[in-house]
Amino acid sequence: MPRKTYIAAIQAALAEELRHDPSVILIGEDVRIGVFAGTRGLHAEFGDARIIDTPISELGVAGAGIGAAATGLRPVVDLMFGTFLYLAFDQIANQAAAMRYMFGGQTKVPVTFMVQNGGGIGAGPHHSQAVHPFFMHLPLIKVVMPSTPYDVKGLLKAAIRDDNPVIFLNHLSLGGQRGDVPDDEYLIPLGKADIKRAGRDVTIVCAGLMVHHALKAATKLAAQGIEAEVIDLRTLKPWDEETVLASVARTGRCVVVDESYPVCGGASEWAACISEKAWDHLTAPVQRVSSAHVPIPFSPVLEKMVIPQPANIVAAVHRVVAQPEPERI
Amino acid sequence: METDKLLDIYTRILRIRRFEEEVGKLFAQGQLPGFVHLYIGEEAVGAGVCAALRDDDYIVSTHRGHGHVLAKGGDMNRMMAELFGKRDGYCKGKGGSMHIADFSIGMLGACGIVGGGIPVAVGAALSAKTRGADQVAVTFFGDGAANEGSFHESLNLASALKLPVIFVCENNQYGEFTPATSAMNIKDIALRAQGYGIPGVIVDGTDAIAMYDAAQEAVARARRGEGPTLIEAKTHRRGGHAEGEDAFLAGQQYLLPEERDAMRRNDPLLKLHDYIVERKLVALETLEMLDQEIGQAVADAVAFARASEEPDETILFADRWA
Ligand SMILES: Cc1ncc(C[n+]2csc(CCOP(=O)(O)OP(=O)(O)O)c2C)c(N)n1
Ligand SMILES: [Mg+2]
Repeated sequence: MPRKTYIAAIQAALAEELRHDPSVILIGEDVRIGVFAGTRGLHAEFGDARIIDTPISELGVAGAGIGAAATGLRPVVDLMFGTFLYLAFDQIANQAAAMRYMFGGQTKVPVTFMVQNGGGIGAGPHHSQAVHPFFMHLPLIKVVMPSTPYDVKGLLKAAIRDDNPVIFLNHLSLGGQRGDVPDDEYLIPLGKADIKRAGRDVTIVCAGLMVHHALKAATKLAAQGIEAEVIDLRTLKPWDEETVLASVARTGRCVVVDESYPVCGGASEWAACISEKAWDHLTAPVQRVSSAHVPIPFSPVLEKMVIPQPANIVAAVHRVVAQPEPERI
Repeated sequence: METDKLLDIYTRILRIRRFEEEVGKLFAQGQLPGFVHLYIGEEAVGAGVCAALRDDDYIVSTHRGHGHVLAKGGDMNRMMAELFGKRDGYCKGKGGSMHIADFSIGMLGACGIVGGGIPVAVGAALSAKTRGADQVAVTFFGDGAANEGSFHESLNLASALKLPVIFVCENNQYGEFTPATSAMNIKDIALRAQGYGIPGVIVDGTDAIAMYDAAQEAVARARRGEGPTLIEAKTHRRGGHAEGEDAFLAGQQYLLPEERDAMRRNDPLLKLHDYIVERKLVALETLEMLDQEIGQAVADAVAFARASEEPDETILFADRWA
């Protein structure tokens, strides 16, 4: 199978969908040049009409994507960084997340917003936050966070074909990751998790960059005799409760890891749901691992203390594994 | 213009130039984390404008902010330490290149969000007016930022409330790699002032004296309580958008050839240097000595930054709740 980088897999997904469906357009700041390279080279094949460079006007561009989606196009809106979604938030929250419902089902809004979400590259407070919980919170919006080159291609294609608004969150730290990516067409259904590593002792729920940190943690834990199951959610909303709950039923222990903040973060939602629905299987309280609740600092030393690292995940697993089995009567 | 003032502006420009050249080198050597956007080629804008301000006036800056901090009188040591992410930096290493601030000199912060600083300056002006102080606030922003909603709302708000703000648009003709000509259908951003009922002035942003004069007029108007002015400074960024961009552009060209020529012809530092020398306003040796002093100050700043320690967990969790 051909090896590709995560970035090249994004390019492949976009090119395939632009070829597959003439209603797909790509719109955003510097998409021709491709600041993060994911959109690079597309202009040569698809031209001005479908690869559209815009002024720096996130609110307007996001809204235009939504309006175009409501009237027959299938736009991919590239807004570069997750934190720039804050500028577009009104259009996404008040229009994309409401239109279909408040207009009584008269339209659909098949728009995909693509950004680099999260930190770890010393980009400072305005470029490094993981913003996905804002969008998980909204109704009628899907949130996707791929972790591997294979997944990013299949998920992006599925996101573009989805008839609902999708926030598609890449991670700058993963851009250079290599992996097997088939040239053939494949789609990965939204809302379906993937067990990236099987294990019987503890379930680690995560997505995106955190999958890689969790896998590193799992390797360390294995050396200590603890077998962790690493579940990559792939889609944060709607998320695959079924796969997660089935795993927790087997392991009885769960650690949820998310790059966003601990208050109303991604991990909060998963942990609450797992505690509610898998209570009878849990032998220890679900543990959350999230970023420290501060703006993401510039200093790489501080940034590393803020964003969950494999060691934090190992420590959280120790907290749940240290719990004695409850006495069964 | 008095020679002292001229030399003052020249010094500001030279401090920026030498500082930024060093930062460029350090970045190329891989010594600086994160993103760095240099102000080389645009120095006359910040220097000319800040020379027309009082120490207690406010400025708000952009992602390309080093020059604004220095123009307002910022400390090189603490700036350089911030760029290294060290604890003696202006923000204790928590801000970095795109977030340097020095409230003690009215420098209210650089900003990683394009257009994000514009409303903050309006707020500073509102504060001054409400307190009955005669301070003014300047916001620097790019041609690209002029297409953000924050630009529109801020100009209108400041105009409606007659606030003492000076909107300084640094039109370097690109937003990242997109030419301004393809991001808007007007040549002069100053035109937009009309729509808000405020003066819009076009200035050669590579001419420090012209910048100073335009700023003085706008500042005087603001202090008189007559409201904001939009100054459009036509300028060039001599480097790229960001340091290290060649690596990720991977051979893609975006600069127009005529643009390269214009840049070479319009170096704000050389222009002011020649102006001073041709008129024999300051002895050449004096200028050379100044350059040496500044060079030494830059070297000292690098040494200061290197010697500063990394921030720790205490710093990480400090400065949260007031
Ligand atoms: C809200 C927002 N959108 C996009 C970016 C990415 N970005 C950083 S600098 C820049 C170009 C800004 O152009 P301009 O305002 O002309 O300033 P210049 O860089 O030319 O000084 C862009 C698009 C950003 N930082 N913030
Ligand atoms: Mg510009």
